[in-house]
This record gives sequence, structure tokens and C-alpha cells, in this order.
Amino acid sequence: MHVVKEACKTLSDLWSLMVGLRVTGKYFVEPQRTVRYPWAAVPNLDTYKAHLVMVSTPKDKTKPRCISCGMCALACPSNCLTVVKRKAPKPTPEEEKAIAEAKAKGEKVKDKTPKDPEKFLYDFTLCSLCGTCMENCPVGALAFKGNAYAAGYSRSDFHFDLVAMLKDQAVMEGLDEAAAPTDKSEA
Amino acid sequence: MPAELIRILVALVAVAVAVGLIGLVMVWVERKVAGHIQRRPGPYEVGPFGLLQPLADALKLVGKQLFMPDNADPVLFWLAPLLAFLPVLLLYLPLPVGDGLVALDINLGLLLILAFAGLTVLSLILAGWAANNKYGLLGAARAVSQSVAYEIPLLLSVLAVSFVAGSLNLATVVKAQGTWPWNWNIMTQPLAFLIYVVCALAETNRAPFDLPEGESEITAGFHTEYSGMGFGMFFLAEYANMVVVCSVATALFLGGWHGPVLPGPVWFLLKVSLLMLLFVFFRWTFPRVRFDQLLNINWKWLLPLAVVNLLATSFFVKLAQFSEVRW
Amino acid sequence: MTRYTDMDQMAGDFYTLNFAKTAREGTLVLNLGPQHPSTHGVLRVLVEMDGEYVLRAEPVIGYLHRMQEKMAEVKTAAQYIPNMGRVDYLHALAWNWAFVGAVEKLAGIEVPERAEYVRVITCEFNRISSHLLWWGAYLLDLGAFTPIMYAFDDREKILDILQDPTGSRLTYSYFRVGGVARDLSDDCIRRIREFIPWLRGRLPMYKDLVSDNIILRKRIEDIGVIEPDLCRSYGATGPVARGSGIKYDVRRAEPYSVYPKLDFEIPISGLKDARGRYDVRMAEIEQSLRIIEQCLDMMPEGDVIVKGAPKPQWKAPAGESYCAIEGGRGKVGVYLASDGGKNMYRVKLRAPGYSNLSLFAEVSRGTLLADAVAILGSLDLVIPEIDR
Repeated sequence: MHVVKEACKTLSDLWSLMVGLRVTGKYFVEPQRTVRYPWAAVPNLDTYKAHLVMVSTPKDKTKPRCISCGMCALACPSNCLTVVKRKAPKPTPEEEKAIAEAKAKGEKVKDKTPKDPEKFLYDFTLCSLCGTCMENCPVGALAFKGNAYAAGYSRSDFHFDLVAMLKDQAVMEGLDEAAAPTDKSEA
Repeated sequence: MPAELIRILVALVAVAVAVGLIGLVMVWVERKVAGHIQRRPGPYEVGPFGLLQPLADALKLVGKQLFMPDNADPVLFWLAPLLAFLPVLLLYLPLPVGDGLVALDINLGLLLILAFAGLTVLSLILAGWAANNKYGLLGAARAVSQSVAYEIPLLLSVLAVSFVAGSLNLATVVKAQGTWPWNWNIMTQPLAFLIYVVCALAETNRAPFDLPEGESEITAGFHTEYSGMGFGMFFLAEYANMVVVCSVATALFLGGWHGPVLPGPVWFLLKVSLLMLLFVFFRWTFPRVRFDQLLNINWKWLLPLAVVNLLATSFFVKLAQFSEVRW
Repeated sequence: MTRYTDMDQMAGDFYTLNFAKTAREGTLVLNLGPQHPSTHGVLRVLVEMDGEYVLRAEPVIGYLHRMQEKMAEVKTAAQYIPNMGRVDYLHALAWNWAFVGAVEKLAGIEVPERAEYVRVITCEFNRISSHLLWWGAYLLDLGAFTPIMYAFDDREKILDILQDPTGSRLTYSYFRVGGVARDLSDDCIRRIREFIPWLRGRLPMYKDLVSDNIILRKRIEDIGVIEPDLCRSYGATGPVARGSGIKYDVRRAEPYSVYPKLDFEIPISGLKDARGRYDVRMAEIEQSLRIIEQCLDMMPEGDVIVKGAPKPQWKAPAGESYCAIEGGRGKVGVYLASDGGKNMYRVKLRAPGYSNLSLFAEVSRGTLLADAVAILGSLDLVIPEIDR
């Protein structure tokens, strides 16, 4: 009796091998799941955190929203951001006189330095894609909408200047003239 | 030169070409089938459907640097791949591809095949030992025990079939079978067929019995230290061996070149391909068997079953002879 | 490590020579790793072998030490969260949670209810993806090359779902002190609801292909028997302990977040071998699905981060706290000590893999090499977590 039970157990064990073959046989004829990049595009990149880009102001697509406050650089865990502020423009002689007069009266002189940064240096080789910079920007100037397929031949290919990249992007899309029409003849 | 010698030489050349082609085709088939089982395409870039991929692989292997580790035995190290590959060419000679289409029609065809198949074991041992690598040694040790152990049930199951046919000549065994599946030896010897398939898997070191090259445990086992064409030889030899073993199974159990309508060689090729496909499926479906379980399967299950099969077969053959004599 | 190749001396580095000093006559001293297909990372195991039998095994770690705990001393609390995503990249959200939990305990910050539910959902999804990867990799060690592909196919769906709120696919830094970074969108919730029955339908296939397969059963039954007392003496937790019959799960023993409100079982196995650990992990996948379903139904509307959540330059108040979370590998613990300054004073990470690995030396004595590899796989080690 014991022998018969053993034999039945062995047969059912061997049957499990057949069941396994049936599973792989089934998948053999089913369609494949591979996305044949680069001939086909990966479908779900909108939520993916690729590298950072600067967000432009609604009016001028070449100008970033950034106000050079430096919160992002301070918050970054990897020290990959450097904000290079613009220098104040050299005042014209009339403006100098006006400033001197205002100072003499004791009034506060308005700072005419443009707020947007001259350069926004972003070292993508150090970035940990955590999003702390983006979340702590008071004006929402950073977004993770970069090129997910970015590739380069050397490390310096990934030392981005986001302000320059924004300008290039706007020029490429033909949006650089949109905000500031130079021809005011219709007006 | 005598006609026999010319025939053998021509056949050897044809076999060499065939083995090369088989290597290429099998590499492609294996990778494509593996891919499709795993729901991915397999090679698809090089050539349409990746058909030129094996060629690219061959070029890569040929172009690699051949180096030898420190303190390795140079003679044995370089002898091992050659010894793995060259005897396999001999094994193709007794195979009956069609009616009368056999390179070497000798009465001991089966014995020739089994004898020379043993040389592959020698090459594995040499490879593992000569590389001066502990992983290689482990792989070689496993290979020896495995191959030597599984030759015995193999022999016994094949012997049962030759008892029925009355000859060790493969051509005769095939001729004794008929055109339709119910006339083939698999109907009269199903147990022998199963035992043969399991032993064939073990002899060619294919999964689930691929311990000598157990990839995840001993990092490529006996061929760890080989690169380029040295590895390529082992690779080719494995596929060539597989084809031999499947061809013998076809000849002995599945009716060889018999079949309706289509010419003999086409049927032979079809049957061999079917068995090879089955082997490839086995590799990609089952996990590896542990070493002592491997030997257990052999000594506790396959050997007794093969002996019982042989005894039963010889009993019935004797009975048939006896009743014939009486009549 | 210099190589000694003097003719009188055996070749090898410091560890091998030390190990070989106490090796018996006629045994083979072999290095498994640090580069090895089955050690799941850079783990080195020195084995003394008599033929195929492992007489003695000694794991050597430290090849992946990245000074995570030292990095904490130069970062603020908010800046340390990306590190937590990389300690154990397979169950990154558990480490995320342990750390922000410790900070919240220290500062007494209450997390909104919706954030708790989002945390539970994402953490459980991460647990499922971790177990799926473990399953595939374990079978790869045992020589089956297809199940890993099937597991990764399912795992891709989970990664797509988790990509929606977190933006990442593997090393998540999604939790923030006081909640989570982003809410789950409606599209994401819809996909979660579709995913759960789909994965439930896939689990029988895993059973057919693998769990019932006789070859696999022979490979993992009666292998690596770990007695409960051995677990206790080494401090093993997670499926390793539960596979040996110890009823300990941090979600029930030291409940946190909304787990007390959820109805789920803790799978325990009485078989103390690798099969028991395997069964426990497969059952945990099903239980995680149950938890996610309940959370989706019970999740209230609201914020996902507390109002007035700490800004990056926030200083943690002085004090100490400890938070323990049930990770895929066991009890993940983060001990935080702050002196009220800008950076944290000390962070100690308790990795479950470290305690689980210490069992290995004792359990693998006298087994075959193939079994030693199977035991190592069943412990579900992730070396970055062990080395930190």
C-alpha cells in the first residue's frame, strides 16, 4: 500500500513538471512585453523625474521665473545647484544724479538689479532627483521636465546651465519673439 | 583510394559544415525561444529577426584574445576544447539520415557513438583541472560523476531497443520501424524513451542537469577561464552533442527517416528539430537539480527502471523467438 | 589588500590567509564573491569545503560601505531623505518611513490622516515589488531563468503606479517630515484598483510554474533549518523569523500609522526551512494586496502634508527618538539623536539584513554548496543595507 502511495506521489510530482512546461508554452505564444526603444517610445514619461528645467514666465518665454533667492541651493542635499545673480546695471549719468538726490533726501533707492539669475548652474551628475529644490522654490521656477533620454560623452555634458537651456528651448520653439513684438507699427 | 575511404572523407567534410551550420542555427533558436518564453523578443537588431546574430557572436568569439591563467598547464588547457569538439564530428557518421543515406554503415554504429561520446567527459575534466581555478575544479568533479553515472541507464535503455531490432546498426533499427507513429519503437519501448531523454539531458549537461557549468553557483564551472574561441569550442561542442543525442533518439525511438509523403531526410530533420526544441524548453522552464539529488535520480530510479525494462524486453524477445521456432 | 604569492605561502589576501590558517587537512578554501552571480550584491563568503560539503562559512562584508551614517552628520533632516531611498533600494519607502517617523516622533509632528493612508499604500506596493524581485532572483540562483522575467513584468506595473506620485522607479525619496510629497492622482487610484485583481490572477501562475514544481521543492525543502532560538539569539526578524514560527511583525507588535485599523493576517510558517520562508513571502504579497484594497476604501480627503511642515533649514529639537517599521526584510529601525543644531547629531540605521546574515555562518555548516547558495537566497539579503 505504501508503495502504491509512493508511486502516486511520484507521478503527481512528475506531473508538476508538465504543468510548468504548459505555463512556459503558453507564454511562448503570447505577445511580447518589450518596448523596442528607440524604435518605439516609452509611454509613461510625464510623471518621470528627468533632469530639472527652469519654468519661464507666462509673458516672456525666454525669461525664467526664478528670483535668485537661493532657497533651492540651500535646500539641496547634494549641493548641485549654484545661482549666479546678475550684477546691477551701471547707471546712466541722469540716473546717477537721481540716485544721489534721493540719497541726499534720505529716501530709499530702488534696487534696479534684475531678479532673474544670470546663470543657474546645475550639476546633474550630483543630483539625487529628490525634488526638495522644486518644492521649496517660492515662485515655482523649477520642474522635472527634462530630457529623460539625455546622453553625453563626458561629465561636462551634464553640467547644465538652466537659464541658457531655457533660452535655447524658447528659440527652438520659436517663442522668443512672441512676448516682445518689436514692430509696433500696428499700435 | 578505396570507395569506403572516399565516402567517409566526403561525409566528414559534410559533417564539419553541418556542425558549423547547426551551431549557428541552434544559437539563434535558443536565444529566440528563450526570449519568447520570457516574453521578450530575443535578438532582433542584427539582420531581420536577428538572423545574423549568431554570425556576429562567432565573429566576436574569434576576435577575442586567447589567454591562459598563471600556473595553468598549457598542454592540457588547450587540448581540452579540441578534445571536446573533434570527436563529436565522428559521432555523426553512423547516423542514418535517409534510406541508404548513411556515411558509415557498420554493425557497431551504436557502440561507436556511445564510446566516443565518453571522450567529452575527458575534455571536461582536463578543462577544469588545467585552468588552475577552484571553480573549475568543482565543475570538473561534478561533470565526472554526472557523466559517468548517467551513461549506464543510457546504455541499458539503448540496449533494450537493439535487443528488439536484433542489431547495433542504427540503419537496421530504423528500417525495422514503420511509417506511422504506431509502428515506431516508442510504442513498444516508452519507458526506455523516457529514460533515454533524461540521460541525454544529463550527458550533454543541459538544464535541469547543467551543474558542471552551474552558472549561479560556481560561475561557469569548468569553462570559467576560457575566453574567445576556447569557449566557443565548448559551446559548439555542446550543441553538436545535443544534435547527436537527439538524432540517436530519433533513429532508435521515433522511426528515423520514416514518414508519409515527405522524403526521408526531411522527416529526420523535423523529428530532430522537435526534440531539440523540447530540450530548449526544458532548459528555460526548470530550475537546476542539486548534485546529490541528481545522483539519487540516477542510482535509485533510472538504473533500476532501465534494468527492469531490459529484463522485460529480453524476456519478451526470447518468448517471441521461442514461439517462432515452435511454429 | 595585497596578494601574497610567495611560493611558500598560499595565494590570497588578508582574510583568506587568516581563514586558511584554521582550515583542516585536505579541504578547499574557496571565495564566493565579492563578484558572484548569486550573492545579491558585493558579499564575499569564505567557505571551507570538503568536496561539495561546506564545513565552515564566513561572510565578509564592507565592500559596499558608503558611510550613510556619517553623511547624516552633515545634513539636515529634510536633506537626508534621499539617502534613505538608497540604503535598501528594494524597499526604499520603509526606510523613508522609519526616518521621517523618527523625526516626527522627536519633534511631535502629527501627520494628516490621508498622508498616513498614502504612506501605507505606497509602502505596501513597495513591499510587493521587493518580494517579486526576491522571488525572481532566488529562482535565478537556483537555475531557473524564466521566472525572473515574469516577476519583472509584474513589477513594471507596480513601478509605473509608483512613478505617478513619486516620480522615481526605484530609489524613492517620497516621504517628507509631516506627510508625503505629492498626493495620489485619480488616474493613479484607478490604476491601483485595476492592478489588484490582475496581480491576484497572476499568483496562481507563480504557483503552477514554481511553487509546486518538484525540482524546486526538492531544492528548498529541509534546507537551511533555522530554529526559533537561533533567530532570537541573532536578532533575525521579518520573514526569516516568521518562517521559523516566531510570531513577530512590527505592524502588530509595535503598531504605527493606521495599521491597527486594517484587517490583515501575518503569515507564519511552522516549517523552519527555506520553504517556510518562501511561503511566508508569497503569502505576504497577498496580504499586502488586501491592505491596499482596504486603504483605498478607507482613505479620507484632505492634505497630504501637515500645514507648517518643516522647511529644509528647519532645526530638529534636541532629543533622541527611535522608529521601527516592518520592511520587506525585517525590522527596519532608525535611531535619531539631535542636539538642536542645524545638522543631525547621530543617526543609527538598524538594517534587518545584517542580523539575518549573521545567521548564515551557523546555518550553512555541513550543507552542500548548492544548499548554501539556496540558504543565502532565502534570507533575502540586500548588501547595501547590510553595509550602509
